[in-house]
Amino acid sequence: MNIQQRYDAMDYGPAPESRSEADKWLAGRDFSASLFIDGEWKKPAGKKTFETRDPASNKLLATLGEAGADDIDAAVSAARKALPKWQALSGYQRARHLYAIGRAMQRHARLFAVLESLDNGKPIRESRDIDVPLAIRHFIHHAGWAQALDTEFPGQKAVGVAGQIIPWNFPLLMLAWKIAPALAAGCTIVLKPAEFTPLTAILFAEICERVGLPKGVVNIVQGGPEAGAAIVEHDGVDKIAFTGSSEVGKIIRRTTAGTGKKLSLELGGKSAFIVFEDADLDSAVEGLVDGIWFNQGQVCCAGSRLLVQESVAERFIAKVKARMAKLRLGDPLDKNTDIGPLVEKTQLERVRRLVAQGEAEGAECWRPECLIPAEGHYHLPVLATNLAPANVLAQEEVFGPVLAAMTFRTTDEAVALANNTRYGLAASVWSENINLALDAAPKLKAGVVWINGTNMFDAACGFGGYRESGFGREGGREGLGEYLTKPAGKSADLAPSKPAATTTTMDAGGIDRTAKLYIGGKQVRPDGGYSMPVVDPKGRLVGEVGVGSRKDIRDAVSAAHAAKGWASATGYNRSQVLYFFAENLDARADEFAARIAALTGASARNARAEVDLSVEHLFALAGLADKYEGRVHQPPARAVTLALHEPVGVVGLVASDDQPLLGLISLIAPALAMGNCVVAVPSARHALVATDLYQVMETSDLPSGAVNIVTGPSAELAKVLAMHDDVDGLWCVADNETCRVVEAESAGNLKRVWTSGGKSVDWTSTPHDLLLPRAVEVKNIWVPFGD
Amino acid sequence: MTAKLQAATLHHLPTAKTANETIRRNPGMPLDLGWLEAMRHVNRSALERRVQTMTKRRSIKADNQAAWLLKSIALMDLTTLSSDDTPDRVKRLCAKARNTLRGDLVAGLELEHQVHPAAICVYHPFVATAVKALDGSGIHVAAVSTAFPHGLAPLETRLVEVRASVADGADEIDIVIPRGLVFGARWQELYDEIAAFREACGEAHLKVILGTGDLVTLRNVMLASMVAMMAGADFIKTSTGKESVNATLPVGLVMVRAIREYFERTGLYIGFKPAGGISTAKSSLDWLVLMREELGRRWLEPDLFRFGASSLLTDIERQLEHHLTGRYSAGFRHAMA
Repeated sequence: MNIQQRYDAMDYGPAPESRSEADKWLAGRDFSASLFIDGEWKKPAGKKTFETRDPASNKLLATLGEAGADDIDAAVSAARKALPKWQALSGYQRARHLYAIGRAMQRHARLFAVLESLDNGKPIRESRDIDVPLAIRHFIHHAGWAQALDTEFPGQKAVGVAGQIIPWNFPLLMLAWKIAPALAAGCTIVLKPAEFTPLTAILFAEICERVGLPKGVVNIVQGGPEAGAAIVEHDGVDKIAFTGSSEVGKIIRRTTAGTGKKLSLELGGKSAFIVFEDADLDSAVEGLVDGIWFNQGQVCCAGSRLLVQESVAERFIAKVKARMAKLRLGDPLDKNTDIGPLVEKTQLERVRRLVAQGEAEGAECWRPECLIPAEGHYHLPVLATNLAPANVLAQEEVFGPVLAAMTFRTTDEAVALANNTRYGLAASVWSENINLALDAAPKLKAGVVWINGTNMFDAACGFGGYRESGFGREGGREGLGEYLTKPAGKSADLAPSKPAATTTTMDAGGIDRTAKLYIGGKQVRPDGGYSMPVVDPKGRLVGEVGVGSRKDIRDAVSAAHAAKGWASATGYNRSQVLYFFAENLDARADEFAARIAALTGASARNARAEVDLSVEHLFALAGLADKYEGRVHQPPARAVTLALHEPVGVVGLVASDDQPLLGLISLIAPALAMGNCVVAVPSARHALVATDLYQVMETSDLPSGAVNIVTGPSAELAKVLAMHDDVDGLWCVADNETCRVVEAESAGNLKRVWTSGGKSVDWTSTPHDLLLPRAVEVKNIWVPFGD
Repeated sequence: MTAKLQAATLHHLPTAKTANETIRRNPGMPLDLGWLEAMRHVNRSALERRVQTMTKRRSIKADNQAAWLLKSIALMDLTTLSSDDTPDRVKRLCAKARNTLRGDLVAGLELEHQVHPAAICVYHPFVATAVKALDGSGIHVAAVSTAFPHGLAPLETRLVEVRASVADGADEIDIVIPRGLVFGARWQELYDEIAAFREACGEAHLKVILGTGDLVTLRNVMLASMVAMMAGADFIKTSTGKESVNATLPVGLVMVRAIREYFERTGLYIGFKPAGGISTAKSSLDWLVLMREELGRRWLEPDLFRFGASSLLTDIERQLEHHLTGRYSAGFRHAMA
């Protein structure tokens, strides 16, 4: 074609990014020794290898030595060995290391970008303009955190050795999200990249080597599920951070149960992209391109469910189709490519299978007539319409360039459709009406909400999900908190909380009292119709309480969900109720002190001190109800990010026998203060302390269902709570086995679980630091502005 | 009026072989305030993100780049709008338009013909001079009019100015709107003025300059664009080049989306002319990408797209020379306008 012909055609033609430097790098390395352990490049102990291929051509890029359990052991040992010195560095010294890494990455930014596109298949525009700059930003941002740690997180220290497992969709960016906060906190690291995409992590390790990061601080191992499992199961690892599928996330939750390992999970999503009739429709179409056709749709927070208001649906869908026709599939290294190949053949097959199933279930799948390369794992962008929420394409995470479109009539319906999913990672809201947008955003069950935008990320703004999209945040203050821990106060091993057997009879002094359960603001008899004894330290029968069962827990959870008003009450309103609660408890302090002394054998003075401290905690948390607030971030864009503190939802509480009133109030107060509704299982042995509270709560203006109390066998009831998929959080102070069981069973819906790990908790230090952060979900709402 | 205008067709400009169908001239339509209201939803942040990524999503290299730069020349309204313009200065501009590229560049690029700007753009007093100087070249003469650049003379005076330029042989009339009509949401008045200018233009084509730098918000730009098209604009144009903010890509994006909306509703093709501040070859490519992506190939022809530019041409000539020789060129190696 000569220039005259090109002048007539006015087509783009290829604009290839050179791969020569990347090829030189690939040719210059011995990939059989790709394990970066203790600052050395090591071959694995075993003989296994794996290949990484260019998904655009299926050509071999490298054959790598694969780590096995022995290699993981060596890496964890190296990290453990490096930990004391790394932690002993000043924040300033660690900050300089992080800064050096960030700057060195910047100096080699293009090599990172080209390698990433070669290995993963993502268009070079994305790796160059999005992945790599964001990764660099993460290190430079966290350099500041390293230095500010002592002042911003007083009394906290690094959790220890972090085991980190990352996915193939954003190999370098996910590495940065994991490594930067861990280093800033003072952790040492064993990180495993995905086996489809090992290359940029190797280049990153070279950077660590070059900038003089102390040996053993960052260890990067290459391998598959076997290596990943070895990290998760290793006793020398204190914290697991995982990004990947919900399925594997649940396995990790079960595996780590009872081990005391700290855990954060960044899992799948089926994020809603909501277009209201007053949106800038053309811009919303472009948002979809950045939402579902970004990185071939292989994005955990991809806006894969389009919800468009009926009044504009037809026009909007026409615009979407017109835009889809302009997407260019092609070589990831061509600067004119919008959509590259999927990462691997199995992924392509999975997407094809899901689309076929969606079509079989009645969806109309439209594809533009784009040119599609003959080789490579390419998949055309797909728009699925005429589908109900029941369709597989509306339910399952496809992880491909497939958009499922549905319509809605009202804002309430949009919210209901958006929340009709097990996931809760992200959502987009498009409207030019700020009242509408800021009304809808808090109603969406998602960790990130973008208003008039999509897929915006920043190191200062937390990212992470609700529900089965995982827990924990990455980025921001809350992300750093995932790598920190506060040394526990004095604690002792707890024994299981059980009713004591007795053969004695009750003192028939007063009128007989029946202590029931407290559900939905009413005192109700246990569903099973059984009671259990409550005895004093000498084994004498003091009274009887109901034996709650799974059905009572079920009813209590329903009642807690029905008490929606508590979550939406203002902080000031909740504050006043909690003050009133404290007031009423204080008024009956003598009575409670006597009860505690009688049941536990505590001295009168200690019993009174327990009541007083309980009142003090209630008072303190009443005061914090309107103060433990979110933040406003200012990311490097013309936008504010509102990091809202939202209640977790319905939280199960399991209290222990020691200090039965203080232990219970210390759990209830922070949960209530932040707007959660609770189902509490009090100490089984001293349950009468809890049943005495009913009258206090009834007189304190607490709305029905905000607090529910089910007495009974603690371990059994705790397990029922853990297995209940409509319970959002669970805090458990109990013996080791009960804690292990609830952590394992919580995997069902990935509820947010905190346990005392079999130990008692020293409640004299306030429960605020420990439990307030667990009483909220941080939702980051991005609000771009400008007119 | 409508029937007469509907019968009219666009004056033929040399378009590429692939896009030579005749376009029906926009006859205008009654002012539709309901439609206008529905066009208010313009999100600046999202538009800015779109233009930021659009220019990174498309890259034009090697021979394609040379071809696209030649297209930039063919889409140019080569302009002089200075207070010190004289007939001789305008003649020089016309001479450059007639003989745009150095002969060795035309030969080296293996072009079938010399490439010309689509028009030259001058103040009214120089229309006759330009018409004479360009006689037989096929290059149009455009006159800025209606009390350019502010548009604040009496309506009758402005109409007289339009008629005078048409009488002197101008093929195209670039009018300015009084920006105050937009700030006051005086849409009917704005519509009536533009419709009157359109009528005064007769066969000459009407380009409506919105003065987007003065309008400030993208919403104002959108609404003014829609009113201009409803009133019968053949082209909508960003700026006079005299505002403190010139043609920007976000403004351009709003205007081409207005054009797309008008096209989708009426089937009528409206042209677009960004003007002011477009001085580098690279930036001209960004504008071409904007047209190609948002409106399509058809809008890369001079009957539907123009650059208002003065110094752009020299930079393109330098780039074309570099394309042929691999050596970076200097401005003085190319004949000045």
